[in-house]
Amino acid sequence: MTVHKQIITNRVAFLEKKVPLYASALGLIGLLVLWEIICSTKIVSPLFLPAPSAIVVTGWDMLISGEITRNLGPSLYRIGLGYTIGSVVGILVGLILGFSKWADAIGTPVVYAIYPIPKIALLPLFVLWLGIGELSKVTIIALGVFFPVVINTFSGVKSVDQILIKAAVTFGSNHFNVIRKVILPGALPMIFAGLKLAAGTSLLLLVAAEMIAAQNGIGSMVLHYGNLMITTKLMVGVLVLSLLGLTFNRLLQWLENKLLPWR
Amino acid sequence: MKIVIENVGKTFTSAKKEQVTALEDINFSIDEKEFVVLVGPSGCGKSTLLNIVGGLLSPSSGSVYFEGMMDKEPNLAIVFQEIALFPWRTVYQNVIYGLEEKKVSKQELKEKADFYIDMVGLTEFKDAYPKQLSGGMKQRVGIGRALAVEPDLLLMDEPFSALDAQTRTLMQEELLTIWNRTQLSTLYVTHNIQEAVYLADRVIVLSRHPGQIKSIIDIDLPKMGRGEEQYRDKFERYADEIWQLIRNDAVEALKE
Repeated sequence: MTVHKQIITNRVAFLEKKVPLYASALGLIGLLVLWEIICSTKIVSPLFLPAPSAIVVTGWDMLISGEITRNLGPSLYRIGLGYTIGSVVGILVGLILGFSKWADAIGTPVVYAIYPIPKIALLPLFVLWLGIGELSKVTIIALGVFFPVVINTFSGVKSVDQILIKAAVTFGSNHFNVIRKVILPGALPMIFAGLKLAAGTSLLLLVAAEMIAAQNGIGSMVLHYGNLMITTKLMVGVLVLSLLGLTFNRLLQWLENKLLPWR
Repeated sequence: MKIVIENVGKTFTSAKKEQVTALEDINFSIDEKEFVVLVGPSGCGKSTLLNIVGGLLSPSSGSVYFEGMMDKEPNLAIVFQEIALFPWRTVYQNVIYGLEEKKVSKQELKEKADFYIDMVGLTEFKDAYPKQLSGGMKQRVGIGRALAVEPDLLLMDEPFSALDAQTRTLMQEELLTIWNRTQLSTLYVTHNIQEAVYLADRVIVLSRHPGQIKSIIDIDLPKMGRGEEQYRDKFERYADEIWQLIRNDAVEALKE
Protein backbone atom coordinates (compact mmCIF):
# COMPACT_ATOMS: atom_id res chain seq x y z
CA MET A 1 0.00 0.00 0.00
CA THR A 2 1.36 3.43 -0.83
CA VAL A 3 1.26 6.17 1.74
CA HIS A 4 -0.79 9.07 0.55
CA LYS A 5 1.04 12.38 0.98
CA GLN A 6 -0.72 15.71 1.11
CA ILE A 7 1.99 18.34 0.87
CA ILE A 8 1.25 21.71 2.42
CA THR A 9 2.28 24.57 0.18
CA ASN A 10 2.64 28.23 1.02
CA ARG A 11 -0.71 29.65 0.07
CA VAL A 12 0.30 33.27 0.56
CA ALA A 13 3.29 33.13 -1.78
CA PHE A 14 1.63 35.84 -3.90
CA LEU A 15 2.37 38.32 -1.10
CA GLU A 16 6.09 37.92 -1.67
CA LYS A 17 6.03 37.77 -5.45
CA LYS A 18 9.12 39.39 -6.94
CA VAL A 19 8.80 41.59 -10.02
CA PRO A 20 11.80 42.24 -12.31
CA LEU A 21 13.30 45.71 -12.26
CA TYR A 22 12.41 46.62 -15.85
CA ALA A 23 8.69 46.28 -15.04
CA SER A 24 8.57 49.75 -13.54
CA ALA A 25 9.68 51.27 -16.88
CA LEU A 26 7.18 49.25 -18.86
CA GLY A 27 4.12 51.45 -18.37
CA LEU A 28 5.98 54.65 -19.11
CA ILE A 29 7.65 53.36 -22.27
CA GLY A 30 4.39 51.81 -23.43
CA LEU A 31 2.58 55.12 -23.05
CA LEU A 32 5.27 57.03 -24.98
CA VAL A 33 5.31 54.46 -27.79
CA LEU A 34 1.53 54.55 -28.07
CA TRP A 35 1.60 58.33 -28.11
CA GLU A 36 4.27 58.41 -30.82
CA ILE A 37 2.33 55.92 -32.95
CA ILE A 38 -0.91 57.88 -32.67
CA CYS A 39 0.90 61.06 -33.75
CA SER A 40 2.74 59.46 -36.66
CA THR A 41 -0.50 58.03 -38.07
CA LYS A 42 -1.84 61.60 -38.15
CA ILE A 43 -5.12 60.61 -36.49
CA VAL A 44 -4.84 63.75 -34.40
CA SER A 45 -3.44 67.04 -35.59
CA PRO A 46 0.00 67.91 -34.13
CA LEU A 47 -1.59 71.19 -33.08
CA PHE A 48 -3.60 69.36 -30.46
CA LEU A 49 -1.13 66.66 -29.59
CA PRO A 50 2.51 67.01 -30.66
CA ALA A 51 4.58 63.83 -30.83
CA PRO A 52 6.98 63.06 -27.96
CA SER A 53 9.91 63.14 -30.40
CA ALA A 54 8.90 66.63 -31.59
CA ILE A 55 8.66 67.84 -27.98
CA VAL A 56 12.15 66.57 -27.19
CA VAL A 57 13.64 68.16 -30.31
CA THR A 58 11.92 71.48 -29.66
CA GLY A 59 12.94 71.28 -26.02
CA TRP A 60 16.57 70.84 -26.99
CA ASP A 61 16.39 73.88 -29.27
CA MET A 62 14.83 75.97 -26.52
CA LEU A 63 17.54 74.86 -24.16
CA ILE A 64 20.26 75.86 -26.61
CA SER A 65 18.64 79.23 -27.31
CA GLY A 66 18.49 79.88 -23.54
CA GLU A 67 14.74 80.28 -23.47
CA ILE A 68 14.27 77.56 -20.87
CA THR A 69 16.98 78.84 -18.55
CA ARG A 70 15.64 82.39 -18.92
CA ASN A 71 12.27 81.21 -17.62
CA LEU A 72 13.45 78.51 -15.25
CA GLY A 73 15.69 80.89 -13.28
CA PRO A 74 12.93 83.16 -11.98
CA SER A 75 10.68 80.17 -11.34
CA LEU A 76 13.35 78.44 -9.26
CA TYR A 77 13.96 81.63 -7.34
CA ARG A 78 10.28 82.06 -6.49
CA ILE A 79 9.63 78.49 -5.52
CA GLY A 80 12.96 78.11 -3.71
CA LEU A 81 12.49 81.20 -1.58
CA GLY A 82 8.78 80.69 -0.99
CA TYR A 83 9.20 77.05 -0.09
CA THR A 84 12.09 77.70 2.28
CA ILE A 85 10.32 80.51 4.11
CA GLY A 86 7.03 78.61 4.28
CA SER A 87 8.55 75.40 5.57
CA VAL A 88 10.90 76.98 8.12
CA VAL A 89 8.14 79.15 9.57
CA GLY A 90 5.71 76.24 9.35
CA ILE A 91 7.99 73.92 11.32
CA LEU A 92 8.68 76.57 13.98
CA VAL A 93 5.02 77.47 14.42
CA GLY A 94 4.02 73.79 14.40
CA LEU A 95 6.53 73.02 17.15
CA ILE A 96 5.29 75.90 19.28
CA LEU A 97 1.61 75.04 18.74
CA GLY A 98 2.30 71.42 19.56
CA PHE A 99 4.37 72.07 22.65
CA SER A 100 2.61 74.95 24.39
CA LYS A 101 -0.96 74.39 25.50
CA TRP A 102 -1.59 78.13 25.41
CA ALA A 103 -0.30 78.55 21.88
CA ASP A 104 -2.35 75.52 20.86
CA ALA A 105 -5.56 76.94 22.33
CA ILE A 106 -5.04 80.35 20.76
CA GLY A 107 -3.29 79.53 17.50
CA THR A 108 -4.82 76.30 16.26
CA PRO A 109 -8.30 77.72 15.56
CA VAL A 110 -6.65 80.50 13.56
CA VAL A 111 -4.65 78.01 11.51
CA TYR A 112 -7.68 75.86 10.82
CA ALA A 113 -9.76 78.90 9.87
CA ILE A 114 -7.29 80.03 7.21
CA TYR A 115 -6.23 76.58 6.05
CA PRO A 116 -9.23 75.78 3.80
CA ILE A 117 -8.92 79.00 1.76
CA PRO A 118 -7.55 78.15 -1.68
CA LYS A 119 -4.41 80.26 -1.46
CA ILE A 120 -4.50 81.33 -5.09
CA ALA A 121 -7.68 83.28 -4.33
CA LEU A 122 -5.53 85.57 -2.23
CA LEU A 123 -3.16 86.46 -5.06
CA PRO A 124 -5.07 89.58 -6.18
CA LEU A 125 -5.01 90.76 -2.58
CA PHE A 126 -1.28 90.15 -2.29
CA VAL A 127 -0.65 91.93 -5.57
CA LEU A 128 -2.57 94.86 -4.14
CA TRP A 129 -0.61 94.80 -0.90
CA LEU A 130 2.84 93.83 -2.11
CA GLY A 131 2.88 94.87 -5.76
CA ILE A 132 3.08 92.82 -8.91
CA GLY A 133 6.76 91.97 -8.35
CA GLU A 134 8.40 88.90 -6.89
CA LEU A 135 7.23 89.50 -3.34
CA SER A 136 3.57 88.70 -3.94
CA LYS A 137 4.42 85.46 -5.73
CA VAL A 138 6.94 84.35 -3.10
CA THR A 139 4.42 85.15 -0.38
CA ILE A 140 1.65 83.12 -1.93
CA ILE A 141 3.95 80.10 -2.30
CA ALA A 142 5.23 80.50 1.26
CA LEU A 143 1.67 80.64 2.52
CA GLY A 144 0.65 77.58 0.54
CA VAL A 145 3.63 75.67 1.95
CA PHE A 146 3.14 76.94 5.48
CA PHE A 147 -0.21 75.25 6.12
CA PRO A 148 0.47 71.62 5.28
CA VAL A 149 3.82 71.90 7.07
CA VAL A 150 2.36 73.50 10.18
CA ILE A 151 -0.47 70.97 10.43
CA ASN A 152 1.82 67.99 9.91
CA THR A 153 4.41 69.31 12.34
CA PHE A 154 1.66 69.85 14.89
CA SER A 155 0.35 66.30 14.64
CA GLY A 156 3.94 65.05 14.55
CA VAL A 157 4.61 66.75 17.87
CA LYS A 158 1.41 65.30 19.30
CA SER A 159 2.41 61.83 18.20
CA VAL A 160 5.73 61.89 20.05
CA ASP A 161 5.59 59.21 22.72
CA GLN A 162 5.01 60.85 26.13
CA ILE A 163 7.35 58.38 27.77
CA LEU A 164 10.26 59.78 25.73
CA ILE A 165 9.52 63.26 26.99
CA LYS A 166 9.37 61.90 30.53
CA ALA A 167 12.67 60.12 29.98
CA ALA A 168 14.30 63.29 28.70
CA VAL A 169 13.08 65.33 31.66
CA THR A 170 14.20 62.64 34.09
CA PHE A 171 17.68 62.84 32.62
CA GLY A 172 17.83 66.57 33.13
CA SER A 173 16.48 68.21 29.96
CA ASN A 174 14.92 71.66 30.20
CA HIS A 175 11.97 72.63 27.98
CA PHE A 176 14.14 73.95 25.19
CA ASN A 177 16.18 70.76 25.06
CA VAL A 178 13.06 68.64 25.20
CA ILE A 179 11.87 70.39 22.05
CA ARG A 180 15.25 70.27 20.34
CA LYS A 181 16.34 66.78 21.28
CA VAL A 182 13.09 64.86 21.59
CA ILE A 183 10.11 66.58 20.02
CA LEU A 184 11.81 67.78 16.85
CA PRO A 185 13.44 64.45 15.94
CA GLY A 186 10.32 62.59 17.04
CA ALA A 187 8.11 64.74 14.82
CA LEU A 188 10.51 64.67 11.88
CA PRO A 189 8.87 61.75 10.01
CA MET A 190 5.55 63.63 10.07
CA ILE A 191 7.26 66.89 9.18
CA PHE A 192 8.67 65.24 6.09
CA ALA A 193 5.23 63.99 5.11
CA GLY A 194 4.13 67.65 5.31
CA LEU A 195 7.12 68.86 3.32
CA LYS A 196 6.35 66.39 0.53
CA LEU A 197 2.73 67.42 0.46
CA ALA A 198 3.78 71.05 0.37
CA ALA A 199 6.13 70.42 -2.54
CA GLY A 200 3.17 69.65 -4.78
CA THR A 201 1.23 72.65 -3.49
CA SER A 202 4.16 74.97 -4.08
CA LEU A 203 4.54 73.87 -7.68
CA LEU A 204 0.84 74.37 -8.30
CA LEU A 205 0.89 77.85 -6.79
CA LEU A 206 4.05 78.77 -8.70
CA VAL A 207 2.48 77.98 -12.05
CA ALA A 208 -0.85 79.58 -11.17
CA ALA A 209 0.80 82.77 -9.90
CA GLU A 210 3.03 82.99 -12.95
CA MET A 211 0.09 82.55 -15.27
CA ILE A 212 -1.82 85.31 -13.54
CA ALA A 213 0.86 87.86 -12.82
CA ALA A 214 4.29 87.39 -14.37
CA GLN A 215 6.37 88.38 -17.38
CA ASN A 216 8.66 85.37 -17.13
CA GLY A 217 8.79 81.95 -15.55
CA ILE A 218 7.76 78.52 -16.76
CA GLY A 219 4.09 79.15 -15.94
CA SER A 220 4.00 82.32 -17.95
CA MET A 221 5.85 80.59 -20.78
CA VAL A 222 3.28 77.79 -20.90
CA LEU A 223 0.43 80.30 -20.95
CA HIS A 224 2.17 82.40 -23.61
CA TYR A 225 2.60 79.47 -26.02
CA GLY A 226 -0.93 78.32 -25.27
CA ASN A 227 -2.27 81.67 -26.38
CA LEU A 228 -0.15 81.48 -29.55
CA MET A 229 -1.28 77.86 -30.10
CA ILE A 230 2.33 76.68 -30.30
CA THR A 231 1.51 73.40 -28.62
CA THR A 232 4.95 71.83 -28.93
CA LYS A 233 6.59 74.63 -26.95
CA LEU A 234 3.74 74.53 -24.47
CA MET A 235 4.42 70.84 -23.96
CA VAL A 236 8.10 71.57 -23.41
CA GLY A 237 7.03 73.82 -20.55
CA VAL A 238 4.89 71.04 -19.13
CA LEU A 239 7.81 68.63 -19.45
CA VAL A 240 10.09 71.03 -17.59
CA LEU A 241 7.49 71.35 -14.82
CA SER A 242 7.15 67.60 -14.49
CA LEU A 243 10.93 67.23 -14.30
CA LEU A 244 11.02 70.00 -11.73
CA GLY A 245 8.44 68.22 -9.60
CA LEU A 246 10.30 64.94 -9.93
CA THR A 247 13.62 66.47 -8.91
CA PHE A 248 11.98 68.22 -6.00
CA ASN A 249 10.56 64.95 -4.72
CA ARG A 250 13.85 63.14 -5.16
CA LEU A 251 15.66 65.86 -3.26
CA LEU A 252 13.26 65.61 -0.35
CA GLN A 253 13.52 61.82 -0.38
CA TRP A 254 17.29 62.05 -0.27
CA LEU A 255 17.17 64.53 2.58
CA GLU A 256 14.73 62.34 4.49
CA ASN A 257 16.97 59.29 4.17
CA LYS A 258 19.88 61.42 5.29
CA LEU A 259 18.10 62.83 8.35
CA LEU A 260 16.18 59.75 9.41
CA PRO A 261 18.68 56.90 9.35
CA TRP A 262 17.08 55.40 12.45
CA ARG A 263 13.79 54.55 10.82
CA MET B 1 21.90 60.15 52.80
CA LYS B 2 18.50 58.55 52.52
CA ILE B 3 15.31 59.02 50.60
CA VAL B 4 12.18 59.47 52.66
CA ILE B 5 8.66 58.86 51.40
CA GLU B 6 6.43 60.54 53.95
CA ASN B 7 2.65 60.23 54.20
CA VAL B 8 2.31 60.03 50.45
CA GLY B 9 -1.19 59.75 49.08
CA LYS B 10 -2.60 60.05 45.58
CA THR B 11 -6.16 60.45 44.41
CA PHE B 12 -7.32 60.52 40.82
CA THR B 13 -10.58 61.64 39.34
CA SER B 14 -11.90 58.78 37.28
CA ALA B 15 -13.72 59.06 33.97
CA LYS B 16 -16.99 58.82 35.87
CA LYS B 17 -15.96 61.84 37.94
CA GLU B 18 -15.42 59.71 41.02
CA GLN B 19 -12.51 60.21 43.38
CA VAL B 20 -10.31 57.15 43.31
CA THR B 21 -7.67 56.73 45.99
CA ALA B 22 -4.67 55.12 44.36
CA LEU B 23 -2.27 55.50 47.29
CA GLU B 24 -2.79 56.21 50.95
CA ASP B 25 -0.43 56.77 53.87
CA ILE B 26 2.73 55.54 52.26
CA ASN B 27 5.67 55.83 54.62
CA PHE B 28 9.07 54.29 54.16
CA SER B 29 12.62 55.24 53.44
CA ILE B 30 15.41 53.97 51.28
CA ASP B 31 18.85 53.93 52.86
CA GLU B 32 22.08 54.51 51.09
CA LYS B 33 23.07 51.48 49.01
CA GLU B 34 19.77 49.80 49.72
CA PHE B 35 17.79 47.85 47.17
CA VAL B 36 14.09 48.22 47.92
CA VAL B 37 11.50 46.37 45.88
CA LEU B 38 7.85 47.39 45.70
CA VAL B 39 5.64 44.46 44.93
CA GLY B 40 1.90 44.18 44.63
CA PRO B 41 -0.98 43.02 42.46
CA SER B 42 -1.94 44.96 39.38
CA GLY B 43 -3.71 48.19 40.21
CA CYS B 44 -2.08 48.62 43.60
CA GLY B 45 -0.48 51.90 42.56
CA LYS B 46 3.12 50.73 42.64
CA SER B 47 4.01 52.42 39.36
CA THR B 48 2.17 55.54 40.51
CA LEU B 49 4.33 55.57 43.61
CA LEU B 50 7.50 55.16 41.58
CA ASN B 51 6.44 58.02 39.32
CA ILE B 52 5.88 60.23 42.35
CA VAL B 53 9.33 59.40 43.71
CA GLY B 54 10.78 60.01 40.25
CA GLY B 55 9.20 63.45 39.98
CA LEU B 56 6.92 62.54 37.10
CA LEU B 57 3.72 62.87 39.11
CA SER B 58 2.80 65.06 42.07
CA PRO B 59 1.42 63.43 45.18
CA SER B 60 -1.99 64.58 46.41
CA SER B 61 -0.63 64.60 49.92
CA GLY B 62 2.66 64.04 51.69
CA SER B 63 6.10 64.42 50.18
CA VAL B 64 9.25 62.73 49.01
CA TYR B 65 12.61 64.13 50.00
CA PHE B 66 16.28 63.41 50.24
CA GLU B 67 17.78 63.64 53.68
CA GLY B 68 21.37 64.56 54.33
CA MET B 69 22.25 65.79 50.86
CA MET B 70 24.78 68.59 50.88
CA ASP B 71 23.16 71.42 48.92
CA LYS B 72 23.17 69.72 45.56
CA GLU B 73 20.26 68.76 43.38
CA PRO B 74 19.40 65.11 43.91
CA ASN B 75 20.25 63.15 40.85
CA LEU B 76 17.64 60.63 39.70
CA ALA B 77 17.57 58.08 36.94
CA ILE B 78 14.71 55.89 35.80
CA VAL B 79 14.71 52.64 33.89
CA PHE B 80 11.31 52.50 32.23
CA GLN B 81 9.04 49.56 31.65
CA GLU B 82 8.55 50.87 28.11
CA ILE B 83 12.35 51.16 27.87
CA ALA B 84 11.92 54.62 26.29
CA LEU B 85 15.12 54.79 24.31
CA PHE B 86 15.34 57.62 21.82
CA PRO B 87 14.94 55.78 18.53
CA TRP B 88 16.94 58.41 16.59
CA ARG B 89 19.95 58.00 18.86
CA THR B 90 22.46 55.18 18.71
CA VAL B 91 23.30 53.09 21.77
CA TYR B 92 26.19 55.41 22.55
CA GLN B 93 24.13 58.56 22.06
CA ASN B 94 21.36 57.19 24.25
CA VAL B 95 23.76 56.35 27.05
CA ILE B 96 25.32 59.83 27.03
CA TYR B 97 21.94 61.60 27.07
CA GLY B 98 21.92 62.35 30.78
CA LEU B 99 25.61 63.25 30.77
CA GLU B 100 25.10 65.76 27.95
CA GLU B 101 22.48 67.52 30.03
CA LYS B 102 24.89 67.64 32.96
CA LYS B 103 27.45 69.42 30.84
CA VAL B 104 30.33 67.13 31.70
CA SER B 105 33.52 67.47 29.69
CA LYS B 106 33.89 65.67 26.36
CA GLN B 107 36.61 63.50 27.79
CA GLU B 108 34.64 62.46 30.85
CA LEU B 109 31.55 61.87 28.76
CA LYS B 110 33.34 59.44 26.51
CA GLU B 111 35.06 57.62 29.36
CA LYS B 112 31.87 57.16 31.33
CA ALA B 113 29.86 56.11 28.30
CA ASP B 114 32.45 53.51 27.33
CA PHE B 115 32.65 52.28 30.91
CA TYR B 116 28.93 51.78 31.32
CA ILE B 117 28.35 50.46 27.83
CA ASP B 118 30.98 47.87 28.64
CA MET B 119 29.29 47.15 31.96
CA VAL B 120 26.00 46.31 30.25
CA GLY B 121 27.89 44.34 27.64
CA LEU B 122 27.07 46.37 24.54
CA THR B 123 30.48 47.58 23.37
CA GLU B 124 29.99 45.84 20.04
CA PHE B 125 26.66 47.55 19.49
CA LYS B 126 27.72 51.07 20.38
CA ASP B 127 26.70 52.50 17.04
CA ALA B 128 23.50 50.51 16.52
CA TYR B 129 20.08 52.12 16.60
CA PRO B 130 17.51 50.77 19.11
CA LYS B 131 15.49 49.33 16.24
CA GLN B 132 18.33 46.96 15.45
CA LEU B 133 18.48 45.52 18.99
CA SER B 134 16.54 42.74 20.70
CA GLY B 135 14.30 43.51 23.67
CA GLY B 136 16.88 42.42 26.21
CA MET B 137 19.60 44.47 24.57
CA LYS B 138 17.36 47.52 24.45
CA GLN B 139 16.75 47.35 28.15
CA ARG B 140 20.48 47.00 28.76
CA VAL B 141 20.87 50.32 27.00
CA GLY B 142 18.12 51.68 29.25
CA ILE B 143 20.06 50.49 32.27
CA GLY B 144 23.32 51.86 30.88
CA ARG B 145 21.72 55.25 30.30
CA ALA B 146 20.51 55.31 33.91
CA LEU B 147 23.82 54.16 35.40
CA ALA B 148 25.83 56.63 33.36
CA VAL B 149 24.52 59.62 35.31
CA GLU B 150 25.58 57.88 38.53
CA PRO B 151 22.30 58.70 40.24
CA ASP B 152 21.70 59.18 43.95
CA LEU B 153 18.61 57.08 43.48
CA LEU B 154 17.97 54.58 40.72
CA LEU B 155 14.33 53.89 39.92
CA MET B 156 13.32 50.82 37.97
CA ASP B 157 9.72 50.40 36.85
CA GLU B 158 9.14 46.75 35.95
CA PRO B 159 12.16 46.93 33.68
CA PHE B 160 12.05 43.32 32.55
CA SER B 161 8.31 42.77 32.25
CA ALA B 162 8.38 43.16 28.47
CA LEU B 163 11.03 40.47 28.10
CA ASP B 164 10.57 36.75 27.59
CA ALA B 165 11.08 34.49 30.62
CA GLN B 166 14.57 33.30 29.66
CA THR B 167 15.93 36.72 28.89
CA ARG B 168 14.34 37.97 32.05
CA THR B 169 16.15 35.44 34.25
CA LEU B 170 19.47 36.30 32.65
CA MET B 171 18.84 40.01 33.01
CA GLN B 172 18.04 39.63 36.69
CA GLU B 173 21.36 37.89 37.27
CA GLU B 174 23.14 40.53 35.28
CA LEU B 175 21.41 43.32 37.17
CA LEU B 176 22.65 41.88 40.45
CA THR B 177 26.19 41.73 39.17
CA ILE B 178 25.99 45.32 37.98
CA TRP B 179 24.35 46.44 41.18
CA ASN B 180 27.14 44.86 43.19
CA ARG B 181 29.64 46.98 41.30
CA THR B 182 27.72 50.25 41.57
CA GLN B 183 25.89 49.84 44.91
CA LEU B 184 23.28 52.46 44.05
CA SER B 185 20.28 53.15 46.24
CA THR B 186 17.51 51.55 44.22
CA LEU B 187 13.74 51.48 44.18
CA TYR B 188 12.48 48.65 42.02
CA VAL B 189 8.88 47.97 41.09
CA THR B 190 7.63 44.57 40.03
CA HIS B 191 4.63 42.30 40.21
CA ASN B 192 6.87 39.25 40.08
CA ILE B 193 7.40 37.83 43.58
CA GLN B 194 10.39 35.62 42.66
CA GLU B 195 12.06 38.64 41.16
CA ALA B 196 11.39 40.66 44.30
CA VAL B 197 12.91 38.04 46.61
CA TYR B 198 15.81 37.51 44.24
CA LEU B 199 16.82 41.16 44.11
CA ALA B 200 15.69 42.93 47.28
CA ASP B 201 17.25 43.91 50.54
CA ARG B 202 13.77 44.83 51.58
CA VAL B 203 10.42 44.04 49.97
CA ILE B 204 7.52 46.40 50.44
CA VAL B 205 4.22 44.68 49.80
CA LEU B 206 1.37 46.90 48.66
CA SER B 207 -2.32 46.15 48.82
CA ARG B 208 -4.92 47.58 46.49
CA HIS B 209 -7.99 49.79 46.88
CA PRO B 210 -6.50 51.86 48.25
CA GLY B 211 -2.81 51.22 47.71
CA GLN B 212 -1.37 50.88 51.16
CA ILE B 213 1.69 49.24 52.62
CA LYS B 214 0.60 45.82 53.73
CA SER B 215 3.92 44.63 55.00
CA ILE B 216 7.63 45.33 54.85
CA ILE B 217 9.82 42.25 54.71
CA ASP B 218 13.59 42.22 55.17
CA ILE B 219 15.16 39.58 53.00
CA ASP B 220 17.82 37.97 55.09
CA LEU B 221 19.77 36.25 52.36
CA PRO B 222 23.20 37.00 50.92
CA LYS B 223 22.91 39.44 48.05
CA MET B 224 24.56 37.16 45.52
CA GLY B 225 23.72 33.56 44.80
CA ARG B 226 20.21 33.48 46.14
CA GLY B 227 19.29 31.02 43.46
CA GLU B 228 21.62 28.40 44.93
CA GLU B 229 20.43 25.13 46.39
CA GLN B 230 21.31 25.92 50.02
CA TYR B 231 19.00 28.95 50.09
CA ARG B 232 16.15 27.34 48.25
CA ASP B 233 13.99 26.68 51.31
CA LYS B 234 14.40 30.13 52.71
CA PHE B 235 13.82 31.69 49.31
CA GLU B 236 10.61 29.76 48.85
CA ARG B 237 9.41 30.70 52.34
CA TYR B 238 9.85 34.39 51.54
CA ALA B 239 8.11 33.99 48.22
CA ASP B 240 5.26 32.12 49.81
CA GLU B 241 4.89 34.67 52.59
CA ILE B 242 4.58 37.46 50.04
CA TRP B 243 2.20 35.46 47.88
CA GLN B 244 -0.09 34.86 50.85
CA LEU B 245 -0.15 38.60 51.47
CA ILE B 246 -0.98 39.41 47.88
CA ARG B 247 -3.17 36.49 46.94
CA ASN B 248 -6.56 37.86 47.92
CA ASP B 249 -5.90 41.18 46.25
CA ALA B 250 -4.69 39.46 43.11
CA VAL B 251 -7.86 37.39 42.97
CA GLU B 252 -9.88 40.57 43.35
CA ALA B 253 -7.87 42.25 40.61
CA LEU B 254 -8.69 39.39 38.27
CA LYS B 255 -12.40 40.00 38.67
CA GLU B 256 -12.24 43.57 37.43
